[in-house]
Amino acid sequence: MQYHELTIGSAKKLLFDRKISSFDLTSALLDRIETYDDKIGAFITVDKDAALKQAKKADQDILNNKVSGLTGVPIALKDLLCTKGLKTTCASKILDNFIPQYDGTVVRKLKENGAIIIGKTNMDEFAMGSSTENSSYHVTTNPWNNAYVPGGSSGGSAAAVAARFCCAAIGTDTGGSIRQPASHCGVVGLKPTYGRVSRFGLVSYASSLDQIGPITKDVTDAAILLNIISGKDQMDSTSASIDVPDFTKAFEQFEKGSLKGMTAGIPKEYMSVEGIDPEVEIVFNGAKKILKELGVEIKEISLPHTDYVVAAYYIIAPCEASSNLARFDGVKYGFRDMACDDLIDMYKKTKSKGFGPEVKRRILIGTYALSAGYYDAYYGRASQVRTLIMEDFSTAFKACDFILSPVAPAPAFKIGENMDDPLTMYLTDIFTLSANMAGIPGISIPAGYSSKGLPIGIQMMANRFDEISLLRAGYGFEKTIQLDKKFPDF
Amino acid sequence: MISKDEVEKIAHLARLEIDDSQKEKMAEQLSNILQYIDKLKDVDVRGVKLSSGVAFMNNVFREDEVGVSPGPCVTLANAPERDEDFYTVPRVVK
Repeated sequence: MQYHELTIGSAKKLLFDRKISSFDLTSALLDRIETYDDKIGAFITVDKDAALKQAKKADQDILNNKVSGLTGVPIALKDLLCTKGLKTTCASKILDNFIPQYDGTVVRKLKENGAIIIGKTNMDEFAMGSSTENSSYHVTTNPWNNAYVPGGSSGGSAAAVAARFCCAAIGTDTGGSIRQPASHCGVVGLKPTYGRVSRFGLVSYASSLDQIGPITKDVTDAAILLNIISGKDQMDSTSASIDVPDFTKAFEQFEKGSLKGMTAGIPKEYMSVEGIDPEVEIVFNGAKKILKELGVEIKEISLPHTDYVVAAYYIIAPCEASSNLARFDGVKYGFRDMACDDLIDMYKKTKSKGFGPEVKRRILIGTYALSAGYYDAYYGRASQVRTLIMEDFSTAFKACDFILSPVAPAPAFKIGENMDDPLTMYLTDIFTLSANMAGIPGISIPAGYSSKGLPIGIQMMANRFDEISLLRAGYGFEKTIQLDKKFPDF
Repeated sequence: MISKDEVEKIAHLARLEIDDSQKEKMAEQLSNILQYIDKLKDVDVRGVKLSSGVAFMNNVFREDEVGVSPGPCVTLANAPERDEDFYTVPRVVK
């Protein structure tokens, strides 16, 4: 077995049995990044010296029998997560020189469990985008085919896992930004329930929608990471006071047999969405068949407000973003335009030079929608529609254990294809936005390929705090589908 | 729907500056987006409460105890301009 083929699960076993060293594993991955990341651009920062130092310490700890959940395992982090002493840019010029003075809670938990932080991955600037083309650094390419996007906004993390530059990665998801790139890159991506994972140390885009989650080579690794990153946090008042189950127990329920007893709902409104690629339909139907064979009862359900999800999201998220990004004013941190007459001039010039076009666009939409006279018509109304969307899901989950859907209407598109019209890009989020609006968990699992060899995933969504059902069904599906090619050929 | 002038006004509210050459394009893109969003008018929202998401049901409190503060060397570590323990900024009041 080659170092880069290891999952968290298999790496842990070999490390703790002392069959391999973390230093060798980490070195091998760093070499691989040096060899191949030129063409892919998954990383903004590779923390080579620190990673090797951490790896040496991990090997010492293993020798001294001081092992934790992730001792010696190299993980990549989306560059939206504050890492103490390590540049955190959010792929924006405005934070190009920003060095956090603390670790976010998720980062702290990973480090406390002995993880090796190998680097910070590329993303759409401030998580605004679905292709990683909005990064102020470079575009990340899809490891399966460099002419195509990896998806976004966690495109760097998904590409890093698909290219096997790390054992696993952490991403964030506000409207699909873990699940969609995971699908486009042929890897597993899980967005937990809102409140399951602390957002302290996550640079906020939309505070009522953002969640941190794992992007991994298989469902088992997603459960392992979810165990470690979940939990109530005093530093995040939106984190839920709810116990964290052992998510790896989800698999025992599958090992006992099939997925018999589970019901999957397919929203009829999703199946009539305009512009679904026929190849996505083929993969989706294939997935249905497999789940049926595993004993899942498939039924049609209704999510009546599906048609309004994109519109409601693209008011709510920009409104929250316009508030959250007001802090980047050049006063206390980040880029500051020094040649300014007065304070307001400094704010304007700093932001105008520091933010990219998509970020500016969303700030302007949000500012407009929240301005005097428009608040009720836009944000107020969108928030009411949000209530209706949440009610749609409450009703749906009375009839099924999880909801099954495609992740995106089409496989990854060509780089540059959707950059002219922002609205076209927004509409591709149709299947993923609802989970964020309703605060429910969702997982994206590899399910097939397009005729061009690009991965296509399927999505499962479950009721709040029921990640166990997603992991159970996902694990069963993954073990049964046995895809020919799990990773690109290099 | 949104004119060049309105783009200027909104940009000022957001403390942003949009290049003259970009104002027309931005106005067009924003208009397209807002036109799409207008479909929310078709939804019957009578009597429906506003949601800000699932978490904001209860206030979260802690004991009013003074904790440890990191101190100015940490807080000002990323200061673009500083004067000892103070951030400096361009003149605020003329």
